[in-house]
Amino acid sequence: MGQGAGALMRRRDFLAATSAAAALAACGSKAAPPLPPGTLSGANDVLGHRLRRPDLPVPTETRRAAVAIVGGGIGGLSAAWKLARSGCDDFLLLEMESEAGGNSRAGRNEVSAHPLGAHYLPLPPREARATRQLLAELGVLQGDPDAAHPAYDEKYLCHAPQERLYTNGYWQEGLWPTLGVPATERAQYARFQDAVAGLRQRRDPAGRRAFALPLALSSRDPQLLALDRLTMRDWLLGEGYTAPGLFWLVDYACRDDYGTAATQTSAWAGLHYFACRDGEGQVLTAPEGNAWLARGLARAAAGRVLQNALVFRVEQGRKESVCDVYLAAENRSIRVIARELIWAAPQFLIPHVFAAQRPEWLAGIRGAEYAPWIVANLTLSAAPQTRAGQPLAWDNVLHDSAALGYVVATHQQLRYAPAPTVITWYRALHEETAGHQRQLLQSRDAWAAQVLADLARPHPEIRELATRIDIHRHAHAMIRPLPGRLWGGRRRDFERGGAGIQFAHADVSGLSLFEEANYRGVLAAERTLARLGVSFASSL
Amino acid sequence: MQRPLLVSVFIVASCGLAYELIAGALASYLLGDSVMQFSTVIGVYLFAMGIGSWLSKHVVGNLLVRFIQIELLVGLLGGLSAGLLFLLFTLHAGPFRFALYGLVLLIGILVGLEIPLIMRILKREVAFKELVAQVLSFDYIGALAVSVLFPLLLAPHLGLVRSALLFGLLNALVAAWALWLFRAQIGALAVLRAQCVAVIALLAVGFGFAGTFVSLAEANLYNEDIVHAESSAYQRIVVTRWRDETRLYLNHNLQFSSRDEYRYHEALVHPGLAALPGARNVLVLGGGDGMAVREILKYPQVESITLVDLDPRMTELFSQSPLLRELNGGALASPKLRIVNADALQWLEASPETFDFVVADFPDPSNHSLGKLYSTAFYRLLKQHVAETGRIVVQATSPLYARESFWTVVATLEAAGWQTAPYHALVPSFGEWGFILASRREYRPPTTIPVATRFVTPDALPALFHFPADMARIPAEPNRLDNQNLVRVFEREWGRVQAP
Repeated sequence: MGQGAGALMRRRDFLAATSAAAALAACGSKAAPPLPPGTLSGANDVLGHRLRRPDLPVPTETRRAAVAIVGGGIGGLSAAWKLARSGCDDFLLLEMESEAGGNSRAGRNEVSAHPLGAHYLPLPPREARATRQLLAELGVLQGDPDAAHPAYDEKYLCHAPQERLYTNGYWQEGLWPTLGVPATERAQYARFQDAVAGLRQRRDPAGRRAFALPLALSSRDPQLLALDRLTMRDWLLGEGYTAPGLFWLVDYACRDDYGTAATQTSAWAGLHYFACRDGEGQVLTAPEGNAWLARGLARAAAGRVLQNALVFRVEQGRKESVCDVYLAAENRSIRVIARELIWAAPQFLIPHVFAAQRPEWLAGIRGAEYAPWIVANLTLSAAPQTRAGQPLAWDNVLHDSAALGYVVATHQQLRYAPAPTVITWYRALHEETAGHQRQLLQSRDAWAAQVLADLARPHPEIRELATRIDIHRHAHAMIRPLPGRLWGGRRRDFERGGAGIQFAHADVSGLSLFEEANYRGVLAAERTLARLGVSFASSL
Repeated sequence: MQRPLLVSVFIVASCGLAYELIAGALASYLLGDSVMQFSTVIGVYLFAMGIGSWLSKHVVGNLLVRFIQIELLVGLLGGLSAGLLFLLFTLHAGPFRFALYGLVLLIGILVGLEIPLIMRILKREVAFKELVAQVLSFDYIGALAVSVLFPLLLAPHLGLVRSALLFGLLNALVAAWALWLFRAQIGALAVLRAQCVAVIALLAVGFGFAGTFVSLAEANLYNEDIVHAESSAYQRIVVTRWRDETRLYLNHNLQFSSRDEYRYHEALVHPGLAALPGARNVLVLGGGDGMAVREILKYPQVESITLVDLDPRMTELFSQSPLLRELNGGALASPKLRIVNADALQWLEASPETFDFVVADFPDPSNHSLGKLYSTAFYRLLKQHVAETGRIVVQATSPLYARESFWTVVATLEAAGWQTAPYHALVPSFGEWGFILASRREYRPPTTIPVATRFVTPDALPALFHFPADMARIPAEPNRLDNQNLVRVFEREWGRVQAP
């Protein structure tokens, strides 16, 4: 019953209420069994927010290194990886969390490893040379890393079926809404796909792609860069698109990759998503999401990472930089003096940490926004059932939901018998701004109830299946590619770096993508190596 | 008056969802495990509910009387649905689909009428926004209750026929209850009362005799005597016997007939093993019936056999039942044999062992889970467990009925770095069946078969490796985990064979 009379009614409910969860939670509150247990984790904001209060202990010890890397996300780890591969081992990586990896960290329980953030890597284009080299080093890319279409280890290529979409009570194949969509609207899908295929092929006279990954290698054709001044939605409207399914898919893509709605995303960024890669939508993934990539990079930094280490003051001298570092586990501070500094932490921390502020940096940061994310890992006693449509896929998306759906951690397991599983549910708080994060600060129970309400529509049995719900909170997960932020000149000074300092975070690119963070890290390392006079073979 | 009607919304919603699930389960149970079955049943049902909702505006007169009558009708049709369909299927499979969708349509229309009627009845007493909120919440809660109870309790313990009758009774009891509660507002009490009693009595009697009925119908379905039937954690296991023929069905798919299984199992084992005089350690994946093990035990040089089958009930049944032990010659009791009940993929990933000969005798690749057992990744994994001079043999569906599927498996083995030797054998119960030998070096059929056989003899061997034009090799893409093209090809090819 629920399904049929419900589907229409529910969509209306959904539009009427700001959150479907509130509606469902309200009507089920009396009958609802207690929530499954679980934890709330996330960026160490208690430690992070100590940056705002200058009451940290005075350094009592001094350490020296040729290079200090601040931040152990993919940018910092990539810098460490490139330094170590080039024979430069005299560096220290300073990481605030108890583990390096940034957005690519993972959790693990008795059923399966599971992502806490980034969970897949699309097959990288030729331009992403460093990323391809890393994959070759890890044995996942087989043969020549510069080949047009290299072979990849089947274990990491996302197994079939890859994705499905829940719409009108039915699981359809693929993410383009097709069920009950008239031919005229599907013709618009085709027109859009032809348009992005054209952009994918387009090269400027210098041979650069219209939209390259890393974005630094993109064409500087003013006509293309002008797209950065529009929103993605306005671009679609300007091109005469009207099909709701197309708007939904593009908005989904923006929320999925940038944590930002299509109404706020730069059209350059929105088109970049569709036009920067050549693979046919194939992705690499693993039960632990992208943590295997972070681990692969971190091997190079083994023994040179300080964890629970909060850099709270940086002073740049003429010949060396001084970093004061609070070691939370020991409740004391140390001073790290390095000839070269690689800043691989988010840019919004710069005003809190640098002793002398440079006006051009502050100008670059002004107006930057970060998308918060909620990631819920649900441990289930059995895989959720499919009542109608395509079988369980790796990526399972709900059309009428503010969330992004769920991926199945055990999908890549070599196993054919039914067994317990972990599914990872994603929600970018695309409607929230930095100053307004009430929803983000909800309790574990409130999030758990919201996750269950969202998933109960396709899977009424979800509450009975869930034995744990662990919520992971990212307060500043991704920098938002708002209009004007990519090509409006704000990134220039960070891209350029300076005497004794290089910037290595994905923030420098303005797109929070693995390939960008990896590129920025390797580029910062190579400039640092050049300044130190160490010879190296470029990975870029 | 409001609370009883809300309770009846809960029951009515439960019943509505139950009939939908029962019809879907029955269709996939009888017609095969295709996703198609389940989704078309649900689609028709939802559509029918829409018709019902639309028709509800034409229902006039005393709404309470109409509601009671609709409940009785839903109870009767829904309650008897599973039994009727089951019976019809066993008598004649032809009109079964028409009956199935007809019944689903009819029940769906009636169920679609229920909620609008209740809302109209309650509208007199409750504000509209309250009404929508309450009725729909109870509707969803009822649906949730059944969707959880159905797979966990009802289907395994009561079975489909009795579950349907139970929900039919619930519908009829809602009718009786409403009649009693609202007796003051209803005119023709006696007629309605008699209708209630008749329906409840009919359903109750049906419930009492359902067990006998199901076994009669199931026996009719198989046209054979059922000697064993059970549902294990993984599958429905049915063993039948008719005259001197014993058959095993898993999820209603024939696994072997004692009349000609020797052809299948001799063809599976001897072309490969007879050419490996040095084979000491043998691994059998799948094949919990012990028939392949029986053939392998004929070779005195084989020192140890490991049998990895997912379902412990299968290996227990074929170790314990005297009838089945007779068929596999007590193979599962051999001291040379080690039985492991595990997922073959997981076991191979964890095990360090290597073998001289491996038999991969899995169910056909009819879904993505089983498709993994026919992938390049699996055949590469297997390579780590096969000695340098060793060999594997794979059952690979019918090269005649599913020609592209068969050659897809060959292409998959080759893509994983194996040299292949495909062959086929006629097993009357199945038709032309295909097998593939794979090794690191070229295979030459043995000139002698050193053990007693009835079908695979040295002079018959060369013909098995010859593929006539209608089964000859066609181009096929390897089956990789990231595309699983075999599952699609297999579904298309066997769908064509099974279509009437």
